[in-house]
Amino acid sequence: MVRHKIVLHFPHEQVDKPIVSKLVRDYGLDFNILKASITPREEGLLVLEVTGEEEDYLRGMEYLRSCGVSIQPLSQDVRRNEDRCTHCGACLAVCPTDALSLDRESWEVRFSEEECVACELCVRVCPPRAMEIHY
Amino acid sequence: MAKTIEEINERIRRGEAVVVTAEEIIDLVEVKGVEEVARTVDVVTTGTFGPMCSSGAFINLGHAQPRIKIQRAWLNEVPAYCGIAAVDIYIGATEMAEHDPLNEVFPGEFRYGGGHVIEDLVARRKVRLRAEAYGTDCYPNRHWEKEITLDDVKEAWLFNPRNAYQNYNVAVNLSDRVIYTYMGVLRPNLGNANYCSAGQLSPLLNDPLFRTIGIGTRIFLGGGVGYVVWPGTQHNTDVPRGANGTPTRPAGTIAVIGDLRGMNPRYLTAYSMLGYGATLAVGIGIPIPVLDEETVRYAAVRDDDLVAPVVDYSVDYPQGTGRVLGEVTYAQLKSGRIVVEGKEVPTAPLSSYSRAREIAQTLKTWIRQGEFLLTEPVELLPCATREGR
Repeated sequence: MVRHKIVLHFPHEQVDKPIVSKLVRDYGLDFNILKASITPREEGLLVLEVTGEEEDYLRGMEYLRSCGVSIQPLSQDVRRNEDRCTHCGACLAVCPTDALSLDRESWEVRFSEEECVACELCVRVCPPRAMEIHY
Repeated sequence: MAKTIEEINERIRRGEAVVVTAEEIIDLVEVKGVEEVARTVDVVTTGTFGPMCSSGAFINLGHAQPRIKIQRAWLNEVPAYCGIAAVDIYIGATEMAEHDPLNEVFPGEFRYGGGHVIEDLVARRKVRLRAEAYGTDCYPNRHWEKEITLDDVKEAWLFNPRNAYQNYNVAVNLSDRVIYTYMGVLRPNLGNANYCSAGQLSPLLNDPLFRTIGIGTRIFLGGGVGYVVWPGTQHNTDVPRGANGTPTRPAGTIAVIGDLRGMNPRYLTAYSMLGYGATLAVGIGIPIPVLDEETVRYAAVRDDDLVAPVVDYSVDYPQGTGRVLGEVTYAQLKSGRIVVEGKEVPTAPLSSYSRAREIAQTLKTWIRQGEFLLTEPVELLPCATREGR
């Protein structure tokens, strides 16, 4: 059993096709939609948490690629610019998971990429703008 | 046994001074007692790092050829105040760049303001100056544009009219919508509580009656050396206090000055507060000379004994009703959860405690190495309680 958070970019011509549902039907994978949007240029962006057998996961990803969908692991999505972070803690007020938390020994803000669901709420809330989106 | 600042400075010069931070003195007093600590410790260092809107910098640009008496000026398109002599300007931390959308698309991002100009200068990045004038016989030039850096302007001083607030509100939101404030994002129905003080490390909470901090006190400012020049605006010492003398409401403040050229963007960082505006996070550390046992008693204050008011920022703060929902200690705030109106509320700081620690440690090192001497205040700051009024 594997669990991966992935960012999918759909090309313009695939936006209106039912692609992701096939992951469930034909590949036996479960997914949880963390984020979905269509850009002004009508490209689709979908952030998923996918769970299933390793073999099914790999076949499912192969299928997505064959449809012209590009796949990135989610951990690349929100990153912290360590030089800008002042460890003030303003982000803690909005983070819906424990991806941002306060270490009560060092009093530094920890950022856990594994727990980040890339909601991006912290990006604009961060006063020194240390949280950056990378697609 | 009372000590004088001159005696302490003599020990600093000889490299013999015993210096501890306002955090370290807590355990020290616990173990050794007030009397022994007063005898053996010379200086207690404090620190704070948080957004301080009442900040800005005076810059003298040097004269243009031909000369100009600047009427209006912009630094990276952020307007500066020019209503003083020909090439003196003041850039305020919260001034926004021209054409910034502000809150027109709510909540506004406020990406670039005066605080960012100041950080850019201190980081030795180039800043674009644009100036206009009406022209006079002695100052005929009407337009001046050039790139400036911190090294080629004539003078540049940070001059902040109100910094280092002695205690502050804990902000919550009782309404049913998200609000965007200078205290950060506040989620509806008591979704979170934001506080902004270094508590037991905070400079003015360690000398609550201003017995040592006064006009002329040399301090750590923005990574360099600065001075307390006056009580800050809104300095108010006539407030409710705990048994340990510390105010339980926002109280005293200081006005500070220092040469921007010695400062460091790590301790002078531009902030953008979503939906509110731009500002500047300022790092301040103040040394407290251990003159007597009383100084030690005040400086050994701990988060459990420091109390802050919880204030609603949806109605009570904006309308100025003065209502306080309750009181909590900094120990409770730092635990991550407080209880407000019977509800458990997660807390978030806006003041960086890790950086406050770093500042107190840096100041300690400076003093230990004999690089930083203490000053005798020219005059103490007004304090109703100390003066027995």
